Amino acid sequence: MARAPLRTDRLIGSVISHFFLMLGAGFILLPFVWMLLTSIRPASEVFTAGFNPIPSSFAAGTNYSEALTKSPLLQYMWNGVLVCAGILAVQLLVAIPGGYALAKLSFRAQPVVFGLVLFGLTVPVQVTALPIYIALANLNLLNTYFAIMLPFFLSVFGIFLFRQFFKSFPQEIIHAARLDGFTEAEIILRIITPSAVPAIAAFAVFSITSHWNDLYWPLIVTTSADHATPPLGMMIFRDQETGSNYGALMAGAAIITAPLILVFLFAQRQFVRGITMTGVK
Amino acid sequence: MTVALNTARVSPGRNAQMRAEALAGYAFATPALILIIVLLIAPIVVVFLLSLTDYQLGALDWSWVGLTNYSDMLGDRVFLRSLGNTFIYVAIVVPGSVILGLVVAILVQERTKSKAIYQTIFFLPVTTTLIAMSVVWHFLLNPALGPVTSLARALGFSDFDVFGDPDLVLVGLAVIGIWQLVGFNMILFLAGLTAIPRDLYDAADIDGADGAWDRFARVTWPMLGPTTLFVVVTTTITAFRVFDTVAVITRGNPQGRSDVLLYTLYKVGFQDFNMGPASAMTIAFLVFVLVVALAQAFIIDKRTHY
Repeated sequence: MARAPLRTDRLIGSVISHFFLMLGAGFILLPFVWMLLTSIRPASEVFTAGFNPIPSSFAAGTNYSEALTKSPLLQYMWNGVLVCAGILAVQLLVAIPGGYALAKLSFRAQPVVFGLVLFGLTVPVQVTALPIYIALANLNLLNTYFAIMLPFFLSVFGIFLFRQFFKSFPQEIIHAARLDGFTEAEIILRIITPSAVPAIAAFAVFSITSHWNDLYWPLIVTTSADHATPPLGMMIFRDQETGSNYGALMAGAAIITAPLILVFLFAQRQFVRGITMTGVK
Repeated sequence: MTVALNTARVSPGRNAQMRAEALAGYAFATPALILIIVLLIAPIVVVFLLSLTDYQLGALDWSWVGLTNYSDMLGDRVFLRSLGNTFIYVAIVVPGSVILGLVVAILVQERTKSKAIYQTIFFLPVTTTLIAMSVVWHFLLNPALGPVTSLARALGFSDFDVFGDPDLVLVGLAVIGIWQLVGFNMILFLAGLTAIPRDLYDAADIDGADGAWDRFARVTWPMLGPTTLFVVVTTTITAFRVFDTVAVITRGNPQGRSDVLLYTLYKVGFQDFNMGPASAMTIAFLVFVLVVALAQAFIIDKRTHY
């Protein structure tokens, strides 16, 4: 085959592939772009804008301050931070030792526990929601941070992920540590956990994303704005603003999505690793 | 294996070590096991038992009603409609997001300089709060104010109201579902693609498969089999759990045409507090999810040998 046609082939191929990728990227970015554009558009213009992308005057200040004063957005985000931090802390405290036990220690109940973990991986939170809700209602614990966090203290996904990660940890190092007089707890604290930093980062990013974004469970156990997490807050905000002030609503949406987008841009590698580590084995 | 070698010469010290190890194993697995029992196993057992009762939240009296909740459910118009809508939604979202995810992954993988940018863009919806973006989508497709309808009008199409039209509403929701899942599926396919040995393409080249389509049909697609299966299963389960967009945008409207399983379950269980029927629906939901998961395990089992 001659060289020249090959090069033009390549060129055409790359033009076509860029064309489709940009088309797709435009579809993906459309809501983000429109959210930002509307959030800086004056209210009067929203109703006449149509598909005019660029606002003729800017009202970013008004819209963003309105979003922040009309609804307790910062409170929602603080609630989100507390809930995510609490969930992640307990998940790690349970999943790291649990994963280590399943990967490296032999005890008779091990296959049973691992089987339960695998079973748990297939059970969505909506399945356990009713009984946990009834228990919380009977204990008068609805509308608390604890209620929002409780079902997620157990992450079978976390246990599974750490178990897979620890499986490949060299047995010789653990042996050597035992001979040096390390207890099993010391091995976890001083050898296993430091080695698992990449897995912890990947899991943290995964856990924070899913619980910051979760709507189903917070919607069930909280009825007040005091404990509402960002998605629930967004719904409350939308319900009081319907039809009237899209600029402020879009500003609110931008504020609520910003933290995770920033986390994602800085920790993209952890995201991807988190998905592929357990996804395709 | 080392284990076999070691057990061959068991010594008293070795025995003590094994006992200590087992003890530590139980100690470390106990918190996980307690949470599994309290937050997973017990609730599943309870929800099954509840499905056999007429329990209502706050009520003091309740009684066993056998399978009444299940037979009622199978005759319940709203439940059947929700199930049907959910299946339609799944039937659009799964092929849409799997095929687009694969196409994007293949195109992105060939890029050199722009690969990272495209990857970031396509992955963006996976991480952003779907509730907030649903509000944005609702606005985008608003028949009076939205840019999409304005654009369509300017191009001479007649007005359309995606979320108000009984025939379009599920399609509209599915578009958002696809928008959110393409990037996730792209990442999984990219992982699968990088795992294909380059020699296979060289070998196919020698065999005369040098066109892009030939390479895809003879190497990429067969080698991606396990990845594709995994992607289809995860996407099916995710799509089956559609809730957020319905709760924010349509609330089951118009005329119940966007009632989906989890939204109906939410209304029956947590707004009307009819725990018995809601539990029966929960069990139906669990059975479906387990069937999909088992189907995956079964298929993988049949074709691991390649």
